[in-house]
Amino acid sequence: MYGDNVDTDVIIPARYLTTTDESVLAAHALEDLDPSFASSVQEGDVVVAGANFGCGSSREHAPVALKGAGVSAVVASSFARIFFRNAINTGLVVMACPEAVAATEPGDAVCVDLAKAEVRNETKGIAWKPEPLPEFVMDIVRAGGLVPWTKGRLESQRS
Amino acid sequence: MAQTITEKILARRAGRTDVEPGEIVMCKVDLAMANDVTAPAAVTAFNKIGAPRVWDRHKVALVASHFAPAKDIASAKLMTRMRAFAIEQEIEHFFDVGRGGIEHILLPEEALVLPGEIIIGADSHSCTYGALGCFSTGVGSTDLAAVLATGEIWLRVPESMKIVYSGRPGRWVVGKDLILSVIARIGDDGARYMAMEHTGEGIAHLSMDSRLTLTNMAIEAGAKSGIIPPDARTFGYIAERQEATGRHSELEPLHSDPDAAYAQTLEVDVDAIEPMIAKPSLPSRAVPVSEVERMKVDQVFIGSCTNARIEDLRIAAHVLGEEVVAPHVRLMVIPATQRVWQQANAEGLLERFAAAGAAVSTPTCGACLGAHMGVLGPGEVCLSTSNRNYVGRMGDPTAQVYLANPAVAMATAVAGAIVHPDEVRPDVIELEGALVG
Ligand code: SF4
Repeated sequence: MYGDNVDTDVIIPARYLTTTDESVLAAHALEDLDPSFASSVQEGDVVVAGANFGCGSSREHAPVALKGAGVSAVVASSFARIFFRNAINTGLVVMACPEAVAATEPGDAVCVDLAKAEVRNETKGIAWKPEPLPEFVMDIVRAGGLVPWTKGRLESQRS
Repeated sequence: MAQTITEKILARRAGRTDVEPGEIVMCKVDLAMANDVTAPAAVTAFNKIGAPRVWDRHKVALVASHFAPAKDIASAKLMTRMRAFAIEQEIEHFFDVGRGGIEHILLPEEALVLPGEIIIGADSHSCTYGALGCFSTGVGSTDLAAVLATGEIWLRVPESMKIVYSGRPGRWVVGKDLILSVIARIGDDGARYMAMEHTGEGIAHLSMDSRLTLTNMAIEAGAKSGIIPPDARTFGYIAERQEATGRHSELEPLHSDPDAAYAQTLEVDVDAIEPMIAKPSLPSRAVPVSEVERMKVDQVFIGSCTNARIEDLRIAAHVLGEEVVAPHVRLMVIPATQRVWQQANAEGLLERFAAAGAAVSTPTCGACLGAHMGVLGPGEVCLSTSNRNYVGRMGDPTAQVYLANPAVAMATAVAGAIVHPDEVRPDVIELEGALVG
């Protein structure tokens, strides 16, 4: 669990931007904010954070690093828009739900269902229904990200 | 229906008569930009999409800026990938080392961004171009790849925040101080997802260089874009840039309707604004310089896409006068582009900085993102003219970064500690009609 304004410089510092290798990026995810993150994060973990998550630089290395580290989803009170787009485009699940953030404590088991637009805190047995993503954006998610979505679009234009 | 300038631009490029905030539209893009950090990943995604050619090789700009000139083998490889793509796709606007600089200062200078257009850049500070009256925003590499393949992008029409500036900037006050005081007021996400529209007589007094600083930092308030409706000064600037570069295209400027709807309106009294300084580690922690204690600094950085234009360097040189940099301070001066560098050189500014003890470099983002040319060590304190002072931004996570305008930066370099420019240089000069120094 992290606070407000977790920026992309702490998610993946610029000194690692000379690589696009997911595993290298993953090893340094969040290191300036939480040096133990990369070693303690477990496959499928959900990151919970405050407002304006992912603010700052447009580096797509940020969602890629989190995903590479095993993070399955980020639930935050709100997201910075470029990070949000990048997450959708690269297949990291993101959900804005301030109520869930307020009620969750470190170590709680949290799960996110994008299709149902639902966040559940299994430890506390509470579920929330935040505002679903626009249909258009869900289309991109269902296609598996922007690359397959655009590919499909170009193919249908050609045929 | 009454519309804002942003809504009108998006509607026109979506082939519609009007659009409403919140709806998602597909828009045609006038220019797509990527740099050495974002282009390689965009190229990978572009290849996965499988389009054989970019949609229009005349509408793509690739710029070596962040790690340029290559700082190590890894960054050299990134640039090689970008260069190979530029050659293979016959990209018209490829700016390599020695011919370009930092994209956000470069593209307006090269007359490649014009009023009424849509510019999509794979860099968060792509919002800068809005100072010329276009819609411009930053995206990631995959979004950019889709634009390269199709020439289109999906956009959620943003709500607009209207910021009305009254009055006239006083001594030492430039665009940087206006935007820092706005961010201090509304917070780091105060304009999240919105278009910040800067208007009012206070804007009329601002030079183009200052206006570009104003829109540059829209992202530091979480905004999608920043925009300044084009006026006589904008058109004068564009005419001059078109003349200098030989790039002449028709302009299609748009303006907000007087009765357009805004999600929020903010009034700013420019007369009351003092030179500002943002304390570590958020831009919103900005206060007037006079309220900050004399903090000893280890490094001063005058550079970045926020404040490394010719006006910034002239102000810095004026504050410097015949003084020298304080013995314990390292001053880095990095002009933003090749043209700015040449102009500053012709005016004798670079020589003056060097004689005072500054390290003057070739254009690069460099120190701004802690890449090279002035990375901070543990516990060091730096005053930077850039736009971000996040933890670890300029190097070690324990280093502290303060943000301010070039006058405050140079005064601090001379005094060795954070001071108001008045302390170093009491006399004033006039640049482009503003009492900036
Ligand atoms: S100067 Fe700094 S903020 Fe501007 S584009 Fe370069 S790294 Fe980004």
